[in-house]
This record gives sequence, C-alpha cells and structure tokens, in this order.
Amino acid sequence: MPPFIELRKVTKTYPTLQQETLLALQDISFEVGQGEFVSVVGASGCGKTTLLKIVAGLIPYEGEVRIGGEPVKGPRQDIGFVFQQPVLLPWRTVLENVLLPIEVMGLERSHYEKRARDILQTVGLAEFVDKYPFELSGGMQQRVSITRALVYEPDVLLMDEPFGALDAMTREALNLELLRIWRESQKTVLFVTHSISEAIFLSDRVVALTPRPGKIADTLTVNLPRPRRLETIQTQEFGRLAKHIRSLLGIGEEAGGIE
Amino acid sequence: MKGMAKGPDRWWGGLLKAEWLYSLGLFVILMGAWELLVRYLEVPFYLVPAPSGVLVALKEGFSEGLTSRVGFYLHTYYTLGEALAGFVIGSGSGIILGTLIAQSRFLGKVFVPYLVAFQSLPKVALAPLLVVWFGVGMTSKIVIVAMLTFFPLLVNSIAGFESVDRDVLEMMRSLRATRWQMFVKVRFPSALPFIFAGLSMAIVYSLIGAIVGEFIGGRYGLGIMITQMSSTMDMEGIFSVFVVLSLIGIALYLIMRSIERRVVFWTSRSRDVIGL
Ligand SMILES: Nc1ncnc2c1ncn2[C@@H]1O[C@H](COP(=O)(O)OP(=O)(O)OP(=O)(O)O)[C@@H](O)[C@H]1O
Ligand SMILES: [Mg+2]
Repeated sequence: MPPFIELRKVTKTYPTLQQETLLALQDISFEVGQGEFVSVVGASGCGKTTLLKIVAGLIPYEGEVRIGGEPVKGPRQDIGFVFQQPVLLPWRTVLENVLLPIEVMGLERSHYEKRARDILQTVGLAEFVDKYPFELSGGMQQRVSITRALVYEPDVLLMDEPFGALDAMTREALNLELLRIWRESQKTVLFVTHSISEAIFLSDRVVALTPRPGKIADTLTVNLPRPRRLETIQTQEFGRLAKHIRSLLGIGEEAGGIE
Repeated sequence: MKGMAKGPDRWWGGLLKAEWLYSLGLFVILMGAWELLVRYLEVPFYLVPAPSGVLVALKEGFSEGLTSRVGFYLHTYYTLGEALAGFVIGSGSGIILGTLIAQSRFLGKVFVPYLVAFQSLPKVALAPLLVVWFGVGMTSKIVIVAMLTFFPLLVNSIAGFESVDRDVLEMMRSLRATRWQMFVKVRFPSALPFIFAGLSMAIVYSLIGAIVGEFIGGRYGLGIMITQMSSTMDMEGIFSVFVVLSLIGIALYLIMRSIERRVVFWTSRSRDVIGL
C-alpha cells in the first residue's frame, strides 16, 4: 500500500497565558496508506485533536506532513473533516447543511444534491432532509456532519471522535455504517478516538499515543477479518489487542476512564 | 414558522389563550378597585381620574375626525411617523457601523472608546439642543429617536459578530471558504439574533424619544397633546393619551417580535411561544 498521509517528526507546542509553552505532540511519525483505515487512540488531552488539525492544515506545526506527496501548508479541499462536535449551522436545514461545502467550493449543486440525498438515505436520515438541526438528536446531528464531510467526495476522511458523545448502542450502529461507507468508497481514513475497542473494531492499524506530551507508544496491526461484525469484539485476538493497548497507555486491567 | 410541528404549537396556543384570559381578568379587577377607591375616597378629578372618566375621554378622542387637533389620529400619525423614521435611520446606521467595526480589530480598538463614552451620555439631555438646531418640526424628533436607537443596535451587532462560534469558523476554514463566504454564510446569520434583540429594545426607545422631543416643543404629536392637557389639568385626557401610547408601544413590540420569530426562527427565544 503506497503511503498517502505521511507524518515525520511532527511536534506541536502551544503558547500558554503564563508565557510558557505546552508541548502537546512530540516526534510523531507514521504513515497511512491509500485506502487504509488508521485510528489514533489515547487519553483525553493527549493531543489527538491537535494531530488531526495539523493533518488538515488548520494549525501550524513543526516537522513534516505530506498528503499524496505534497507538504501540508493549509486546508485542502480533498479532505473531509468530521469535528468532535457536529458544528452544524442552525439556520440551515439538514440538506442545506450537507450542501454547504458544495456552495463554498462552487461545485455544481444539482449533481451533488442527489448525492447528498443518497448518503442521507444510507445513514437513515431520508425523512429529516428538510428538518433543522435543533429538531434532531445528537446522534442524528453527528450523522449529518459525517454526510457533510462525505458529500464532496474527498480522498481523505479525518474524523475526530465523531461518536464520542453518543450512547453505546447508537455508537455501534454508526461504527458499522461507517465501515460500510468506507468499504464502498475506499477512502483513506484517519480516525481519532479515546475508545480502545472502537479503534480496534474499525481499523487496519492503531496508533497509540501516550498522555501529555503525546508520543507514539506503539503502532499495531489489527489482523481481524473483514467485514467486521459485532461478534468480532468477543474474539480472543480482539481481547489480546485491547489488553496490549491498555498496557501501552499505562492503564490497569480494572482501571476505568478509558474503555 | 418553518419546519415546526403543528401539534405542540396548537397546544401551547391553547395555554396561551388561557393565560391571556387570566391577565384580562386581573385587569378588570384592578380597574374596578381603582374606580371604587377614587369614588369612595373622593379623590379630586384633577389629581387622579377614575377609569370610567378615562374611558369617556378615550371614546371622545377616537370619535374625532382624522385631521382634528383634539382627536388622537392626527397626533398619532406624527408621533408614530417620527418614531418609525428615527428607528429606521438610527437602528439602520447602528447595524451598518457595528457590522463594519466588527470586521476589523483595528477599527474596533479605535472606535469603541468613543462609543462607550457616547453611550454613557444621557442622550435625552440633548433634546433641547436638537430642537434649537433642527427646529420644532418633525426633524428634531427624528434625530432624537435616531440617536436613541443607534446605540443598542451598534452595541448588539458588534456583540453579535463576536458571538460567532469559533468551531464553525474553523469548519468553514477547513473548506477553504473566502472571507466573504464566511461573512454571508456564517458571521452575519450568527449576529442576527443579537441584532433582533437590539431592534426589540430600540422600537420601545423610539416611542420614548419621540415623546421627549415633543415635550420640548412642536405643534403635533401625542407628547404635545399631553403638554397641552396638563396646562388645563385635563387628567382624564392625559390618561387617555397614556392608554393610546401604551397600545402603540405594545403593538410595535409585538410586530417586532413576530418578525424576529420568523427571521431568526432557530433561537430558543424564538421557539419559546410564551416569551413575548
Ligand atoms: N488552542 C490551544 N491553545 C493552547 N493549548 C491547547 C490548544 N488546543 C489544545 N491545547 C492543549 O493541547 C493538549 C492536547 O489537546 P487536544 O485537544 O489535542 O487533546 P485531545 O487528545 O483531542 O483531547 P480530547 O480527547 O479530550 O478531545 C491539551 O493539553 C490542551 O490543553
Ligand atoms: Mg479532542
């Protein structure tokens, strides 16, 4: 698999109000192959969002990030970003929210409107096309936000804990939906989560980050057969991987805080 | 309203009607008590009028012709005209200047100290001066109203533009939106609820401004009616003008809120049916 997203010694320091600096990420190097699904997992505050925003070209960084061989110097229109919150515009209907990137990018609306409706149908929002965000549940809003990132057919999907705020049942359903969309579209996905089992369940590879400053603890390959099913979680291999990541992140067997 | 379910609306509507009924009942009781007190205590009519007397004065005022100087219509026309013209000019320029200032940190830093200084000034104190400058006609009143309505809109539109959700701006940036696209698609709509809150405030100020202006001098207007009636101790007349003024005030406010509810339908303030 040729590398599509490449990170070399990426470091990020934030200035703080106390005239100090906060080292959020240190020497992060890894690659994501074309069409690969890679997850980044780590505790809250370890720099996951920071990492995704660097790849998306939204914040400055030290080191080297390349997408398709080109250095990342700013936002690119071949990236779809799903934020930690849905960030929908409350005065726009579901369909208008989904078509926002099309308007901004000046693409042909009629073509993409059909595509938008199709994706909304597959994520189970066909009846909510003309509703406003305040009429939707949190899970539905997040599905709108995912549709908005898919509609303009970006090659890369960057997802920041898109299901973090959802209950376990909705989360499982959306995980399966996401895998189906990924299989059909063959996008390159970089997925951020603090849930170890979600990371394993979805990914080809998992990058585990240490707590502040975020450094790579290990990168492991998930050799579970696809398509994945919910039963996959019960397999021995799944348990072994989860245990390994937990030990990497320095979390005891019984300790809570992270799944 | 767009995209709202019909059912709950109707339900709230029913409750609303019941509440109006209670308000009306309370009003009748209060008026009755007032009437009885005035009669029982034999309060002189030139100090506090009885509601029944005010009612008679109201009837007389409304039955006069459209151009009669002792009826309500002519004076209402002038007062309302001054209030609305001043409201449009004042709040319009407040929105425009506020929008411009909010687009640049530099402009904000330069202008805001002056604006704060002007805002803390009691602007009605300038009314006599404005009458000297602009005469006793409608112009001086319109200027007073414009000054009163300018600041709430200026302050609220700046606050509105500052309220824009940073995450939404970042989302727009990730799509490589231009400055203009950010303004039209995000910043302006985000500021609208604040602008409408300012307009609801300003519409009330506009009536106050017109009346204060008329108190200083002039020929027509409900404020002129009050000055003339107080020189003849016509308490019933003065109270009847109060009633007309509050009816106009309530009507203007309700119209403003119903426009607000339609335009910025997504805010909780708009979706809350009870909150007038
Ligand atoms: N704009 C910023 N300015 C200063 N410090 C920041 C900024 N954004 C993040 N940080 C700091 O960088 C560190 C990493 O933040 P980040 O949001 O990337 O964490 P995260 O792994 O996404 O956490 P979570 O799982 O809670 O979303 C935190 O310590 C945070 O305080
Ligand atoms: Mg985060």
